[in-house]
Amino acid sequence: MSENAIEVHGLRKAFGQFTALDGLSFSVAAGSVLGLLGPNGSGKTTTVSILSTALRPDGGSATVLGLDVVTDAARVRQVIGLAGQFAAVDPNLTGRENLTLIGRLSRVGRKRAGPRADELLETFGLSAAAGRLARTYSGGMRRRLDVAAALLHKPPVLFLDEPTTGLDPESRFALWDAVRDLARSGTTVLLTTQYLEEADALAERVVIIAAGRVADTGTPAELKGRFGAAVFDLGFGAPGDAEAASLVLAARGYAAERTGTTLRVRSDSGSGAVTGVLRALERRAPDPVSVAVREPTLDDVFLTLTQGGQPA
Amino acid sequence: MTTVATTGALAQRPDKHGRTVTDRVGGALFDTLDVTGRNLRTLLRTPQALIFATIQPMIFVLLFRYAFGGAIRVPGTSYVDYLMPGVFAQSVAFGAIGTAVGLAGDLRSGLLVRFRTLPMSRIAVLAGRTLADLVRNLLVVAVMIGVGFAVGFRSANGAGGLFAALALVIAFAYAASWAFVALGLRVSDPEAAQAAAVPVVFLLVFTSAAFVPSASMPGWLQAFGTHQPVNALVSAERALITGGPAAHDVLVCLSWTAGLLLVFAAIAVRGYVRMGR
Repeated sequence: MSENAIEVHGLRKAFGQFTALDGLSFSVAAGSVLGLLGPNGSGKTTTVSILSTALRPDGGSATVLGLDVVTDAARVRQVIGLAGQFAAVDPNLTGRENLTLIGRLSRVGRKRAGPRADELLETFGLSAAAGRLARTYSGGMRRRLDVAAALLHKPPVLFLDEPTTGLDPESRFALWDAVRDLARSGTTVLLTTQYLEEADALAERVVIIAAGRVADTGTPAELKGRFGAAVFDLGFGAPGDAEAASLVLAARGYAAERTGTTLRVRSDSGSGAVTGVLRALERRAPDPVSVAVREPTLDDVFLTLTQGGQPA
Repeated sequence: MTTVATTGALAQRPDKHGRTVTDRVGGALFDTLDVTGRNLRTLLRTPQALIFATIQPMIFVLLFRYAFGGAIRVPGTSYVDYLMPGVFAQSVAFGAIGTAVGLAGDLRSGLLVRFRTLPMSRIAVLAGRTLADLVRNLLVVAVMIGVGFAVGFRSANGAGGLFAALALVIAFAYAASWAFVALGLRVSDPEAAQAAAVPVVFLLVFTSAAFVPSASMPGWLQAFGTHQPVNALVSAERALITGGPAAHDVLVCLSWTAGLLLVFAAIAVRGYVRMGR
């Protein structure tokens, strides 16, 4: 078996005129958590659908634990679990009925399915709601049931497609803990998310995709490091003022991006550079109404990459 | 002896997934029963579907028996005896719409994606759906017999003829549910499934001789109405229930049933296996 639990080579998929994946390649080391990060429509769900054998690629190849997802799909299904926005549970079954059914269909064994369902209901804090129909569950409970449904046959590889989208912070943190526990027990996790914070919190490596291709890859720290040492957020009274200031800064070699009335300036030389930035603006552009100095987040990396900018 | 031993050994030789034929057949069977159980539970928990499936043919019985029936002349029998075989066919044909709607609902909710990524039998999702609908049809037909007897329907050919006719109805319903599985997989949206299925069912039911004799229809409509599956079913039922020569009608009905089943089961399974391509 290869050291990579998941390998993706030049994956292509089009839906009519829309190219969802345009030669995507990446790999996930066995036993690690990889964050697949990208905006809506970047190809995250398509990637997970192909890896979980629900969708067939137009070109390229992908393997899970060395098994080809197209030619060996039946065996791939024995080693994967899938939870996500597009793989549902049955709203008209209770939590326990859902897990018992999926356990049986996952070939856990007819006798083992019930106890295994109870075990997971306990783990995910759903024991009290086990006998209630899933349609009465809150969003957070539903997601936890979703994830539990992916774990019945203890798959060594787990796909989580935007597991916390739309959840309140408390439910999100509870799911994060569950993912950490799985990772600690040696499960390989591929997690897609729109939240950079989530990838930062859970993933050892991050692959950023945009328009069906890899835009960048690295550890969260590497990606942030590549982006610069500090970020200054300059607030202006009007978008026009911010625009004028961005032109002034660009002429002096600063990388500045405007979003509304806010100008985001990257610096390689740490927070001390803020005086240089302000001096550059003096008398040449409107004064900023606010100045904030902070460490770069994955959001900065993400916006820069997906908007076609270059890291500083 | 040798042949038997060899065949047995072959059947038990693991395939490339490490499963023997016994494993696979047993697995498919259990998976099918599990999916059937799930569908029946869902049916009981959305009783409006079940109520619609029985109330609606009851309304047809009342309408045609008492409101329209007096104005309809049928040769050689009372109208209620003419009507009920038509109602049995109509109730299972309308019920088949639910097959398409239910499956399209599972498709839209994402449950089918979950099933398709599980190491379960591929055919079980469809076989479980059609088996659950078979159970529902048995229930609906049982209710309709009760309703029929209450409004004066009697089988001139005795219980044997009636049960033979109902067996044809159930077999036909099973084939029809495969046809609507094929449809449900194609549209992936319950409303679209309903919109696509209703006209097909109406056309087949109301151009057949289910409620009125074909002889009263214009020639072009008669040509279509008497050469389609629902009409074949209704004709065979009537022949069995009223007595007299039935072999030809039954044969035509069984041919339609077998043909529909083979063609649409193949289309449905192919559609399911090829989903996501």
